Amino acid sequence: MLKPHSRRRRLPKLAEQFQIWLMQHVQNALATLGRLFDTPVPTGMTVAVIGISLAFPAALYVLADNLRTMAGSWDQTAAISLFLRYDITDAAATPLAEQLRKWPEIARVDIISRDSALNEFRALGGFEEALEQLKNNPLPIVVAIYPHAAFAAPAQLETLQNKLLRLQEADFARMDTVWLQRFQAILDLIQTGVVLLGGLLGMGVLLIVGNTIRLEILNRRIEIEIMELVGATSAFIRRPFLYAGAWYGLLGGLTAWLLVTLALILLQGSVSRLASLYRSEFPLAGLGISETLIVLSGSIALGLIGSWIAVERHLHGTEPN
Amino acid sequence: MIQFEHVFKRYPERGEALTNISFEMKVGEMAFLTGPSGAGKSTLLRLIGLLERPTRGDIVVNGRNLATLPRDRIPYHRRDVGMIFQDHRLLPDRSVFDNVALPLVVTGLGHKEVGRRVRAALDQVGLLKRERAVPVALSGGEQQRVGIARAVVGRPPVLLADEPTGNLDPELSKEIFQLFERFQYVGVTLLIATHDLALVRSMHYRTFSLGEGRLVNDTRGW
Repeated sequence: MLKPHSRRRRLPKLAEQFQIWLMQHVQNALATLGRLFDTPVPTGMTVAVIGISLAFPAALYVLADNLRTMAGSWDQTAAISLFLRYDITDAAATPLAEQLRKWPEIARVDIISRDSALNEFRALGGFEEALEQLKNNPLPIVVAIYPHAAFAAPAQLETLQNKLLRLQEADFARMDTVWLQRFQAILDLIQTGVVLLGGLLGMGVLLIVGNTIRLEILNRRIEIEIMELVGATSAFIRRPFLYAGAWYGLLGGLTAWLLVTLALILLQGSVSRLASLYRSEFPLAGLGISETLIVLSGSIALGLIGSWIAVERHLHGTEPN
Repeated sequence: MIQFEHVFKRYPERGEALTNISFEMKVGEMAFLTGPSGAGKSTLLRLIGLLERPTRGDIVVNGRNLATLPRDRIPYHRRDVGMIFQDHRLLPDRSVFDNVALPLVVTGLGHKEVGRRVRAALDQVGLLKRERAVPVALSGGEQQRVGIARAVVGRPPVLLADEPTGNLDPELSKEIFQLFERFQYVGVTLLIATHDLALVRSMHYRTFSLGEGRLVNDTRGW
């Protein structure tokens, strides 16, 4: 016969206790994952909903990120393109450029000669035959004007534009930055959207995980009661539910990452074609390592918080009152 | 080992379930708790296992004053009190082995030690060969023995049983009570609620009789 413990049990050493604690956690985490895979369809559906919810803000972030990169590469374009009258020759344009360089508003002036403009045009492709038909180069000289940063506000650019048009050599002047600024504003809007959408869908993930865990707690009511009867601590009873929440979060985060990455792979082809029409290359940036880590840790945190809320609300323990 | 001092238990819906109960049980004592249905037998056992707290009075079990025991210490108290129920309270989807192992698993005991102790407990109740079975595949008596193995596997100093033979025929009941006697020999304190008076009389142990929530009789055994 086994003898009962006469008094309190011998307390294990600290290192031993830590080892037991760690073992319990590892076992619990794996057992919980195993339980999730025991019911693949409901688990898959929950994970898919979380993944799709998180993929939306992540995709929007990637979009904003790529647009920003694109906008960054355009910062080098001239703020104002000044098209000279057709009868102005390259020789006459040079002193004009010198004169413009002295203007306080202007930082840099580039002259695009007729020939170089024609060559550029040719390189675009598809125009060779049309250009062959022409006796003369139909393109005017263009002076690209980069204003100082202090003069880059839309109103100041407009003043500069008018000033340039009053030059007798000028034919017309096109402002290139207004739309760039609008583009910046749109980017800011998208970024706010990322935050708002992320917040809303994050709340959605909390609710999904919370509800899933709540149902799981209800399903295992009897088991929980019996575990309490035989002396399970509330931490022990909560642990598998919290792990389940964390796993849902992690799997959902991975799904979101996968969805965004797949979407980028599918889009890369058409983006490359579009970029080649602008004679440039534009490799789409996906979620980098730090962004991926943010998505994953965020989704794990959401899963944990969601399950923690459910556990708090539905695991009161069997009294005593 | 178990000490009640002027214990009252009142439920808001049902009124007074226990009135002024006082008694003491020594280490290694075995006693029966009898009385008609609704006399408060289950309530008394629930108080010892801290499934409920008394409205008034002090209960000391295994040196712990249950009135002042903080909530987060309750699980540790329950590990020292094995509980056996009429309806066994087994997990239907777990094997006999897993059911019996539960009290050890919740303490974080290692795999090997769990296996060793579970088999020792199953051996005591004569179910060593059925460790892989699920509870529904067992007879009523066997299920109750699984419940007993689960209650003793953690080697608690106190064992409580609430109508453990309520659904069993006299022959099986006798076997279960003989099992309890063997635990008593090794120093476990046992309190068994039952209305099987014939069996109680044949075994000559101390017997508490409850009637309408009061301790009406406390007959010493031999």
